[in-house]
Amino acid sequence: MSKFRKGGKKSTPLASTSSTSDIVFMFLFFFMVTTNLRKTENKVIVKLPEATEVAKLERKDLASYINIGTPTRHLQSQFGTDSRIQLNDSFKTVDDIRDFIASERESKSEADRAFMTVSIRADENTNMGIVTDVKQELRRCSALKIMYAARKAEK
Amino acid sequence: MANKKTPEINSSSTADIAFLLLCYFLMTTTMNQDSGLQRRLPPMPAEDQKVEDQKVNRRNIIVVKINSADRLFAGNEAMDVSQLKDKIKEFLTNPADDPNLPEKKVKEIEGFGAYPVSEGVISLQNDRGTSYQAYIAVQNELVKAINEIRDDFSRANYGKPYASLTEEQQKIVREAVPQKISEAEPKDVSKK
Repeated sequence: MSKFRKGGKKSTPLASTSSTSDIVFMFLFFFMVTTNLRKTENKVIVKLPEATEVAKLERKDLASYINIGTPTRHLQSQFGTDSRIQLNDSFKTVDDIRDFIASERESKSEADRAFMTVSIRADENTNMGIVTDVKQELRRCSALKIMYAARKAEK
Repeated sequence: MANKKTPEINSSSTADIAFLLLCYFLMTTTMNQDSGLQRRLPPMPAEDQKVEDQKVNRRNIIVVKINSADRLFAGNEAMDVSQLKDKIKEFLTNPADDPNLPEKKVKEIEGFGAYPVSEGVISLQNDRGTSYQAYIAVQNELVKAINEIRDDFSRANYGKPYASLTEEQQKIVREAVPQKISEAEPKDVSKK
């Protein structure tokens, strides 16, 4: 009998499972960090147009979103099917953009304010009229950095 | 009594709990990248300021119009979106020094030297009734044309496509091939 085999009838030990929870927690934290829970409820249907030359938005935290599109189906009885502007959580008009931009600017740090980007997320079937109004209002508020949100098309 | 150990808490279910949370986040996560066409709007002229007619030579401007039926006109020619890119490329590069196409001004670019930079400006006009989809399609073609010219330039000078240049080189290329797209003041065309 060798030194290392003392109890002959000892069965193979079970693989320790105590580290599984650690591994899973690591996964969990990864997803918690990368996930971005939708802050606002979408009240308009936005199907972004396709484009091939899209560039990524570098600083997501400096972006403000303006959604333009027709109201979702359960809101159509109330608001109709015309294109509407959604800022944060409610339907707004073009005149409210000024306040929206001001408050968004306020929430960013001083150094980053110049890099604030307004992402215009408009539905592909929207008319340019409403988009032009939004653009003009943004110019008036001197929020000049904008992005037309688009999906990357398969080449 | 005194040496009785406190029983260890059974921790085998932590993994299950963590798995549940993991599944929740896996389901709700959206790893979509925000992407789009970035633009810089021109600043609004002050109201008391007179609208100066910018003295831009006629040959330096190409007007791209999209009407309410999403028809495209570039330089007073009706065309399809697929033709626009080549038209813009020809306009901006002006390979044969055509007097009707934009002039080139030799500009000293830091770190590169003198280069004849095209003075061409693309003026994009749209109607209120234009669909956003058509507008983005046209914008996309314009960007594609400029990106291809930039690529040609960087291949000719650095032997690499634009995307794999260093940041400083990209800056030089951007200066040599500027992206001058003017989104004109809205004009109400539908009034008539």
